[in-house]
Amino acid sequence: MATRSRLGLVARRLAGAIPSIIGVVVVTFVLTRALPGDPAAYFAGAAADAESIEAVRHQLGLDRSLPEQFVGYVVALAQGDLGTSVSSGRPVTIELAERLPASIELTGLGLLFALMVAIPLGVLAATRPNSWVDHLCRVVVTAGVSLPTFFSGLFLVYVFYYLLGWAPSPLGRLDFIYLPPPQVTGFYTVDALLAGDTETFFAALRQLVLPALTLGLFALAPIARMTRGSMIQVLSGDFVRTARAMGLRRRTVLITYALRNALLPVITTLGMVFSFLLGSNVLVEKVFSWPGVGSWAIEGLIASDYAAVQGFVLTMAMLFIAVNLAIDVLYTLIDPRLGMDG
Amino acid sequence: MTSTFARHLVYVLRDNPVTVVAFGLFLVLVVLGLFGPLLAPYDPLATQAALALQPPNASHWFGTDHLGRDVLSRVIVAARLDLLISVCAVTLSFALGSSLGAVAGFYGGIADRVIGRVADTIMAFPLFVLAMGIVAALGNTVENIVYATAIINLPFYARVARAEVAIRRQAGFVDAARLAGNGELRLLALHIFPNTLPPMMVQVSLNMGWAILNAAGLSFIGLGVRPPTPEWGIMVAEGATYIISGEWWLALFPGAALMLAVFCFNLLGDGLRDLIDPRKRT
Amino acid sequence: MAAALLAVDRLSVSFRTRSGVVKALEEVSFAVGRGEMVGLVGESGSGKSVSAYAVMGIQDPAARITGGTMHYSGVDLTAASERDLQDLRGCEMSMIFQSPRTALNPIRTIGRQIADVLLRHSGATTRTARDKAVEALAQVRITDPARRYGAYPFELSGGMCQRVMIAMALACDPQLLILDEPTTGLDVTTQAAIMDLVQELCRARNMGALLITHDLHMAADYCDRLVVMHAGHVVESAAVATLLSNPRHPYTAGLIAATPAPDRGLEAITSIPGSLPDLRGTLPPCRYRQRCTRALPACDLPGLAMTELDTGHLVKCRNPL
Repeated sequence: MATRSRLGLVARRLAGAIPSIIGVVVVTFVLTRALPGDPAAYFAGAAADAESIEAVRHQLGLDRSLPEQFVGYVVALAQGDLGTSVSSGRPVTIELAERLPASIELTGLGLLFALMVAIPLGVLAATRPNSWVDHLCRVVVTAGVSLPTFFSGLFLVYVFYYLLGWAPSPLGRLDFIYLPPPQVTGFYTVDALLAGDTETFFAALRQLVLPALTLGLFALAPIARMTRGSMIQVLSGDFVRTARAMGLRRRTVLITYALRNALLPVITTLGMVFSFLLGSNVLVEKVFSWPGVGSWAIEGLIASDYAAVQGFVLTMAMLFIAVNLAIDVLYTLIDPRLGMDG
Repeated sequence: MTSTFARHLVYVLRDNPVTVVAFGLFLVLVVLGLFGPLLAPYDPLATQAALALQPPNASHWFGTDHLGRDVLSRVIVAARLDLLISVCAVTLSFALGSSLGAVAGFYGGIADRVIGRVADTIMAFPLFVLAMGIVAALGNTVENIVYATAIINLPFYARVARAEVAIRRQAGFVDAARLAGNGELRLLALHIFPNTLPPMMVQVSLNMGWAILNAAGLSFIGLGVRPPTPEWGIMVAEGATYIISGEWWLALFPGAALMLAVFCFNLLGDGLRDLIDPRKRT
Repeated sequence: MAAALLAVDRLSVSFRTRSGVVKALEEVSFAVGRGEMVGLVGESGSGKSVSAYAVMGIQDPAARITGGTMHYSGVDLTAASERDLQDLRGCEMSMIFQSPRTALNPIRTIGRQIADVLLRHSGATTRTARDKAVEALAQVRITDPARRYGAYPFELSGGMCQRVMIAMALACDPQLLILDEPTTGLDVTTQAAIMDLVQELCRARNMGALLITHDLHMAADYCDRLVVMHAGHVVESAAVATLLSNPRHPYTAGLIAATPAPDRGLEAITSIPGSLPDLRGTLPPCRYRQRCTRALPACDLPGLAMTELDTGHLVKCRNPL
C-alpha cells in the first residue's frame, strides 16, 4: 500500500515539473521573438545583409503570426532543433552536446567537493557550538557567499599556478601534450579510466581541481549553513534525547539518528545551490578557459550569436528543472512521512 | 517601546561587533559612491604608457594597470557605478516584487496563482543564466544589466511580501481598521504593507550583495559596462590576463573591493535580521 | 525498605546561561529501591526532569553538577566516564519520555529503533535482534508485532508510540526505569492503560521506578513513596498515604489543596499564590519563603536542612504544619 502511494507521489512530482517546463519554453520564446527590434536581424548576426536577414526571417517563420511562430518553435524544440549558430554555422544542439559533458564534469566535481567539505563542517559546528570549528564554519559561510567566483578562481590560479607551481596552466580540460581519451561518456576523467589510461586521467584531474575547487568554495557556504542549522535543530530534538537515554553510541546518535534527519532539509536546498552553481559555472569556465557550454555562451553573447545564447539558456533551464525533479523524487523516496497522507 | 528597541539594539550590537564593522564599511561605501571622483588621487582614465604594470608603490598604492592607469583611483571611482547598478536593480525589484507579492497575499485567488506562477517560472531558471539571456535579448547595455538583475531578484521579494501580507491579512489590527471604514486598497497600502517592511529590509540588505555580485559577474563576461569605464567586474576581467604572469594587483584590488562590498551587505543583512527577529539567529 | 537501587545524595546542578548561573538543583536527595515506584512531584520548572537527566547523564551541555553524589547499585554515577554511563543507559537504567510521537526517530521504523538498542547492549546479532524486538513489542501488548516492526512512528497513535517507547526502554531488562511525564500528550483513557502496563511490568520484573509527574493524583495512584520538589529543592518526602493525609510542608499542603479530587468539589480547589522564584543570583535558604503564609523571621537564617519528623517522613521547613 505504501509503495503504491509512494509511486503515485513520484508521478505527481514528475507531473508538477510540467508547468515549469511550459514556463521556461514560453519565456525563452518571449525573450527571442516578442521583443522590440527585429529578431531576424538578431538571429542573422551582426554581419548579415538585408537579403540574408530576409532569408532568416522566412526560415524562422518570423513572417507569420505569433501563435503560429510559437507552435513552430515548440515543434522544432520537440525535434531537438535549437537553430543554427551564426558564428560556426553548425546546429546549436550539436554544439551544446559536444560541450555539455565538460561543464557537467566540472559542476559535478564542484558539487561533490562542496558536499564533502560542507556537511562534515556543518555537523562539527553544530555539535561543538562556539568552538573553533563553529567559528570557522561561520566565517566560511559568510565569506563563501560574498566571494565572487571569478575572483576566487583567479586567486587560486595566482597562488597554485604562479606562486607554487602546483597546478597546471588554467587553459582548458587537458594540457596540449595529451590527447583526449576515446569518447564514451564525454567526461575526460571517466573516459581515461575506461580506456585504462591513468596518465591521461591524472592529467585531466589536475586540470579539473582548481576550477572545481572554485565552484565548490562557492557552493559550500549555503550547504554548510543549512547543515549546521538543521543539525542544531535536530540535535535538540526529543528523539535524539531518547537515543542518548538508550545508551546508543555517540556515532550512532550523530549519524544514524541526527544526521539522516538533518539532511532532509539540506537536500531541498540543493536545488537552490545548483541554480547558483550553473550560473557560477559560466564565470569559472571563462576564468579557466574551460571548453564547456558556459564559455561557448559567452562567445555567443559577444558575437551576437542569438541562437547559441537562446539554446544555452534553454538547456541550462531544462537541466536545472531535471535536477530539481531528481531532488524532489529523492526526497520522496527517503522521507517515509511523505506518500502516506500527502 | 522606543527604549526597549534601543536596548535591544545595544544588546545586538554588543553581542555582535561584526555588525558594527559592517556598518562602518557601509558608510565607507556610501562616501566612495557619493564623492568617489573627488577622492581619487589620479584621473581613472588617464593612461601613461611609461608607467604601465607598476606594482603597488608609494605614489600608486594599488599599482598601475597595463595602460598605466592608477588602480586605486579606478577602484574608488568604480564604487559609484557598481553601487548604482545594484541599488537601481534592487529598488526596481523591491518596488515591483513587493507590490505583486502584497497583491497576491492580500487578494489570493487568481491574482495569487498568476503571480505565483510567474515567480516560479523565473525561479525555474538558473538565475545568472536567465540574466545572461535577458541581456542578450534586450541588448548589451548598462540599463539592461539593471533590468536583468531586477527581474531575477523579483521572486524573492514577491515571496517574502506575499507571506508577510498573508499572515497579517486577518490580524486584529487589520480588522479594526476595516471596521473603521477603510477601503481594501487603503487597508493594504497604509495598514498592512508598512508592517511588512522590517522583514523586507532584511531581504533588501541580503539581496544587495547578491545583486552586486550578479552585475559584476555580467560585466566580467563582457556584458553591459564597456572599457575604459572603471567597474570592478570588468577590472577583474582585464586583470585576469595578467594573473598568470604574476601581476596580481590588477585583479586583486577591484576583486577585493567587490568582495568587501558584498561581505558588508551580507553582514548587515544578518545583523538586521538579528535585530528584527532574534529567533532566527544562526 | 529494600536496599537502595538508586541513591541521590545532596545533588546540586547549575546551568550557565547568557543571563547568569541558574541554580536548578540544590542539595537534592532521594532514593529508589528495588520493586518500588517513587513519585517525583512538583510544578513544572521545579527541577524534576533535571534530576532525572542528571541521573541518566544526559543533561544539557550547559548543565554542571556542582556537588553531591549519585549511586546506582553501588556504582558512583558522578565519577563514571561517559563511556561507562553509555553502557548503563538503556541497559541497566532506562527512561521513557513525554510526547512519545516526537520522542521516536521519525524516519526509522520502530522495530529498527528497538533493534538498535538491543544490538548496542544485549550482544544480539542483526538476525536475533529482529526477533527480540518483535518479542519486546509483544510484551507491551502491541497486536501483530511482526507487522508493526516495519511501521514508522507517524503511522501509530500516541498511545501506541508510548508502548513502543516502553518496549524499547525495557528491551534489555533494566533494573531502573525513569518515567518523565509518561502520559503527557495522551488521551485520558490511554493514560490509565499505559500506567497500568508500566506498573505491571515493573512489578513482574521487580524493577525500581521513578515517576516524574506534576499530577499528584496519578502519583498517588501508582507510587509507593512521593518526593515533593519546589524550585530545585526537595521539600518533603514520605510514603504516599502519610504524605497525602498528613503533609507537613506548607507547599505540599498547597499542592494537595490545588489538586481536584473526587470527594471534593471544584470550589474546594485553591491555588498556590505566587510563582516559582527566579533561580539566578543569591537565593534565600527556603525558596518557598516568598509564597509561604507561615513564614517566620527564622526562615531567613542559613542552615535549613531536611529533618526526619517521623520514620521515613522528611521535611525541609522551619515551621512545619
